Amino acid sequence: MGFFLQQLMNGLILGSFYALIALGYTMVFGVLKLLNFAHGDIYMVGGFVGLLILKLGSSWLGSGWLGVVVALFGSAALVGALGMLIERVAYRPLRQAPRLSVLITALAASMVLNSAVLALTGGRPVAFPADLGFVGYDLGPIHISVIQMALLVSTLILMLVLELFVSRTQYGRAMRAVSYDMVASRLMGIDVSQIVSLTFFLGSALAAIGGVFAGSYYGSLHFFMGFIMGLKAFTAAVIGGIGSIPGAMLGGLTLGLLETFGSSIPFIGSEWRDVAVFGALIFFLVLKPTGILGKTMVERI
Amino acid sequence: MLGGSVLLAACVLPFVADPYVLEVATMALLYIVLCLGLNVVVGYAGLLDLGYAAFFAVGAYTTGILTSQFDWSFWATLPVAAVAAAVAGVVIGMPTLRLRSDYLAIVTLGFGEIIRLIARNLTITGGASGLYGIERPVLFGIRLDRNIDFYFMFLILVVLVIYVSDSLSHSRIGRAWLYVRFDEDAAAGIGINRVAVKLYAYIVGAVIASLAGTIFAVKMTAVSPESFTFSQSLAILLGVVLGGMGKIPGVILGAIAMTLLPELMRDAGIYRPLVTAVGLLVLMLFRPQGLWPDGRA
Repeated sequence: MGFFLQQLMNGLILGSFYALIALGYTMVFGVLKLLNFAHGDIYMVGGFVGLLILKLGSSWLGSGWLGVVVALFGSAALVGALGMLIERVAYRPLRQAPRLSVLITALAASMVLNSAVLALTGGRPVAFPADLGFVGYDLGPIHISVIQMALLVSTLILMLVLELFVSRTQYGRAMRAVSYDMVASRLMGIDVSQIVSLTFFLGSALAAIGGVFAGSYYGSLHFFMGFIMGLKAFTAAVIGGIGSIPGAMLGGLTLGLLETFGSSIPFIGSEWRDVAVFGALIFFLVLKPTGILGKTMVERI
Repeated sequence: MLGGSVLLAACVLPFVADPYVLEVATMALLYIVLCLGLNVVVGYAGLLDLGYAAFFAVGAYTTGILTSQFDWSFWATLPVAAVAAAVAGVVIGMPTLRLRSDYLAIVTLGFGEIIRLIARNLTITGGASGLYGIERPVLFGIRLDRNIDFYFMFLILVVLVIYVSDSLSHSRIGRAWLYVRFDEDAAAGIGINRVAVKLYAYIVGAVIASLAGTIFAVKMTAVSPESFTFSQSLAILLGVVLGGMGKIPGVILGAIAMTLLPELMRDAGIYRPLVTAVGLLVLMLFRPQGLWPDGRA
């Protein structure tokens, strides 16, 4: 029982990372129908920007919670802006171009981000200068640390706020309108470019928060960590139903739990874990491309 | 005429080149085969395949396993490798080619990783360290083990692949690819079976990569999962995109550029991937059709 609960906990933690990143995929896909390959790298850059903030501010912020919180907000703001910049420079000029060109450009944007960090870090893992200790609480048979709790609670709050933002505010309504029909939205006087920028800002900021949490939780960052994370978070978005915000959360947690419990089954083990994850991606895309919570999409001619 | 003189130059080159140049030229021929193969998939049929190195791996491992563990002759492994790649192409293509193009891209990426991870984890593929001690091919009693032998093996494959893809592009299926690439729904409307047509491109591409893999395996005498990473798939894709999707001379030029650039940029060291990435981004923004594009596009 204790083992089960502990694994459940680990699965939820992993799932929260997936969910934070999957939200960005889902929002951008919803609005632009674009698979943003650079999103996994945005998460990675988010972690590194957080690291930089912690390093530069270490003398007056320290390496405890104050520093990490400042790093979370600072990285979210800066990397959110970076996401807007990438959209402005790389994606907007190609809004009318064939889909193949846009996909390759997104791939190029991803390569620019991870090779830039490769050049800066020399390809070595970099220790994350946060020191949060191992303080935690024992809830029955399981131990939960403060950072784990912070991650779970923040993910939940961020998702709720985002859902409220999209469903209740004027900007959220505009976002849904653009996602439904871009041309009609423009005719109705919606500033489509502004809404797209906003979407990129929010998605990138969430990924950056995931990156800073990853640094604080795992203790180090690496320039290539966004690749596999991006692929898995995309899988999560697909499982939950791409375009759906609660779907991203649900898909993330489902994938996190599947992965954690899957690798504790004998004969499967961790070597086959990623095979199972990508297998699930292909399975869902083929058999249920709308995911668990997604809406049926009709291809318009 | 131009083609003939280039071929003649390619035949003379190994007799005048030093070992370093010969090695680079052999690698260039390997990339030409791979880029031409991917060109059938991306350039002709317009399908973005991000796991193309997986088919290259299928060929290399088929030959590697059959020669090193079952004492097959290299030549006998060729049809097996081709069939294995075709089967892999059908297995992955059949369900996924109905999907939207961006889903296809991510599925092929996942598939590429799956193949690499399987190769890493099975015993028969030698696990993470891979296979070694792969037998060299023997032709009329002569053991082919010099670099120049593999240079000519790749050159023959290049000529063959150029012939096949040129014929295909001017055939009925080539026109169907062109139509599907430009307007899938309209193509379906006039009765083209779009899944079958795409699957055909996918299989042709898979077989070409697999054959390149077989020669690669006997040239290196060893294969490891690290030769078939996402970066490998990406490098092949870059060659196709750089030269100009859909046009054979453009793709050949792109493949040569992708082989030579890393050699020329040795001084750039760790900044090399960044230079490549920024170059690709600039290319896509200002000349998305590539350096030497297809006139029909």
